[in-house]
Amino acid sequence: MYKSLNRAIIAIRKKREVENPFGFFMVDKLLKKEEFIGKIFDGAILMIGGFLGDGTPESLIDEIVKAGKKDLTVIANDTAFPGKGIGKLIRAGLVKKAIVSHIGTNPETQKQMIEGSMEVELVPQGTLAEKVRAGGFGLGGILTPTGLGTVVEDDKQRCEIDGKEYLIEPAIKADIALLKAKKADVLGNLTYNLTAQNFNPLMAFAAVTTIAEFEELVPKGGIAPNEVRTPHAVVDFLVRGDCK
Amino acid sequence: MIKDKLKVREIIAKRVAMELHDGDIVNLGIGIPTLVGNYLPQDVHIFLQSENGILGMGGTPKPGYENKDMNNAGGSPASFLPGAAAFDSATSFGLIRGGHVAATVLGALQVDEEGHLANWMIPGKLIPGMGGAMDLVTGAKKVIVSMTHTKKDGSAKIIPKCTLPLTSIRKIDLIVTEAAVIEVTENGLVLKELGPETSLEEIINTTTAKLIVSDDLKQMPITV
Repeated sequence: MYKSLNRAIIAIRKKREVENPFGFFMVDKLLKKEEFIGKIFDGAILMIGGFLGDGTPESLIDEIVKAGKKDLTVIANDTAFPGKGIGKLIRAGLVKKAIVSHIGTNPETQKQMIEGSMEVELVPQGTLAEKVRAGGFGLGGILTPTGLGTVVEDDKQRCEIDGKEYLIEPAIKADIALLKAKKADVLGNLTYNLTAQNFNPLMAFAAVTTIAEFEELVPKGGIAPNEVRTPHAVVDFLVRGDCK
Repeated sequence: MIKDKLKVREIIAKRVAMELHDGDIVNLGIGIPTLVGNYLPQDVHIFLQSENGILGMGGTPKPGYENKDMNNAGGSPASFLPGAAAFDSATSFGLIRGGHVAATVLGALQVDEEGHLANWMIPGKLIPGMGGAMDLVTGAKKVIVSMTHTKKDGSAKIIPKCTLPLTSIRKIDLIVTEAAVIEVTENGLVLKELGPETSLEEIINTTTAKLIVSDDLKQMPITV
């Protein structure tokens, strides 16, 4: 009996969530997909979460491909695989420049780079994570030993602290950050799932507008304070994802 | 020297496994390094760290047990062992760059007399990007290169000076191939062990870097 009651409650909650999420709780941040695409413009600098597609907001990317928003600069860990995650933007020829740590899994990125239709800037993965973090945390950049004496150092400054040398890596920011969250509450607090975290909580801070695709929407208090990974203060909009 | 591909991989993975200690936090690269976990002695338990945000990664899950949000740094399904932790990329590279990873095992295109490593691009030919390799080589406490002793055409990979773009100016610690174990010291590359069915002449003929032959040159304690 409890089981069927539970099922009924879940069904009602789902219906309410779609029509009017949680009744009297206003969800100002909730966007329909049509509304979401209005936030993306040609030539935008996007940060997109994900590691080889894991933790990438696939539904948001599908909308961008559908709308054909072009000349995009994408800051991300990688360009995933052909036709998957950020690979969909690459295949559609919408990316003008990619700032990533790795393109080895996507031959289409390599092809466009060699043909000259897309510019690729390669950044060591740990450096990229810290550049994004610095961008969002109000820092001008970071000092790292990674890349010293390699091609990564070209056109960059060095500095010495306590007798050790470091590269100065400037912070980076974006117009829009696109995240993939596991759970969002109506205020915009977010949680992520296992290896789908990666760059998402860092990028959340580093853009003028932060938009999170979520799998599950819960009311205020539905995420325990200890569980909140990204505080709502940095999340501007929420969009329900198609894929679970 | 042993030529059989599978045996070559097995020798390298088995020998590298002997370098790891119980309780070590280890990051294994893609390819031969991944195999190392299969050859750990029974009393040695290590914690695998993965760039995409795992400490305590397990092996490939059984079919049907995959989770879309449980992957390794190569994008393949992975499992989490009891006690595992998941975290973001800044934390992951905090472990790596901050010197909290005991050892990293990675492949190489070239290694030179000074202990420098090139493993992330061949200009004009292969440009996969450095991914996490530069941070790993810069920050791990011990860097072990595991690779075949020569290129497919038989030419040397252990050479006087790297001609490909370097991964880091930090010197690596140890080179393990199917034919040799070579330690990087302040005086240069020291040949410590010979692989199964390998003679000193073969090593000298297939290595263009200057090698110092250890007074205590041994046979690799590996059988295949």
